[in-house]
Amino acid sequence: MDINLTLVGQGITFFLFILFTMKFVWPPLSAAMEERQAKIAEGLNRAERGQQELAQAQEKAAEIVREARTQASEIIEQANKRGGEIVEEAKQAARVEGERLIAQAHSQIEQERTQVRAELQQQVAALAVTGAAKILEREVDASAHNAMLEELASQL
Amino acid sequence: MASEAHSPSEIVQHHLQHLQVSVGDGGFWTLNIDTLFFSWVTGLLFLGLFYSVARKATAGTPGGLQNFIEMVVGFVDQQVKDTFHGPKNFVAPLALTIFVWVLFWNLLDLLPVDWFPTAAAAMGIPYLRIVPSADLNATFGLSLSVLLIIIYYGFKGKGAGGYGREWLTHPFGAHWALWIPNILINLVELISKPVSLGMRLFGNLYAAEIIFILIALLPWWAQWLPGTAWAIFHILVIPLQAFLFMVLTVVYVSLSYESH
Repeated sequence: MDINLTLVGQGITFFLFILFTMKFVWPPLSAAMEERQAKIAEGLNRAERGQQELAQAQEKAAEIVREARTQASEIIEQANKRGGEIVEEAKQAARVEGERLIAQAHSQIEQERTQVRAELQQQVAALAVTGAAKILEREVDASAHNAMLEELASQL
Repeated sequence: MASEAHSPSEIVQHHLQHLQVSVGDGGFWTLNIDTLFFSWVTGLLFLGLFYSVARKATAGTPGGLQNFIEMVVGFVDQQVKDTFHGPKNFVAPLALTIFVWVLFWNLLDLLPVDWFPTAAAAMGIPYLRIVPSADLNATFGLSLSVLLIIIYYGFKGKGAGGYGREWLTHPFGAHWALWIPNILINLVELISKPVSLGMRLFGNLYAAEIIFILIALLPWWAQWLPGTAWAIFHILVIPLQAFLFMVLTVVYVSLSYESH
């Protein structure tokens, strides 16, 4: 129970142990721990940055899709419009062509009618002359009555 | 019981006798071989364990042992950080040494009290006490070393002038008539620190050891209940006392280092 030299021995031992801990134990351990801490902090930072980048990229992708959709609908709309225009133009052309054909047909018919009428007039005139000659039992001087015949023919 | 022929008081006294060698004249020139030996063994165990881990310490994923050691180091580091705000390259290793070393000392108290003395007696060693913290020389060896460190940090933190001025003027005031009371108060304050540190640790472990010895005096069938109960209670005391010694040391050093 008495205080004796052991105390001094313990004190010396204590300082030796502290010095050993200070030189060989504490620095490598605390360095390793700090390094790991820094690593973890950096990793967390990176993960956060990665997530931000991912969110940005997703946003960008969504925007691109949205744009593409808008463009596609625009193109479809244009195509529809253009198609309508083409149909309209074709209709127009067809109508014009039809009208032209009809007009042509009309004029041809008119021409043929005129021609037929003229022929008919002549024939009627000839018939009339023949008929008159038969009635009169004599030759009708065609040239002498030509004027009268013509007038007759035009009245038919 | 190894010594059935002896009376209980003789057994207790035998258990409380250090293995001593005299190296000079008078009671002071004596060495408690058992205390020195077991504090060296526990100290080398501590240093060897921590050094083997520190040498291979990686910043990568730590293995099981490194993890455990880092837990202890991180715990001590946090305690030091919380109380001491100067350079830590000495104070932190100091705190770690105190904590683990004292913890190992105290853990020796959980070994059955009769094993080592009986084994020693078989080898011809008459006395053996294996718990260094139940020896005043060990606890005061630590706390008086801490006293030196406290004084050193007083000089380091405030300079010789500042530290001297604090001794003269603190706590009553700077008037010359108050110098003597100030010095007296500071002396008491300073001395009380190592005394309380050393006595607290010694008292707890010495009392625990005596109770373990008393329990060991019971008949064998009655020992397990009080023995178990006291050991479980003691499991709380062991780290608590090591922790207190460490934290109070850091607090004292911090008080001495920083100006008020």
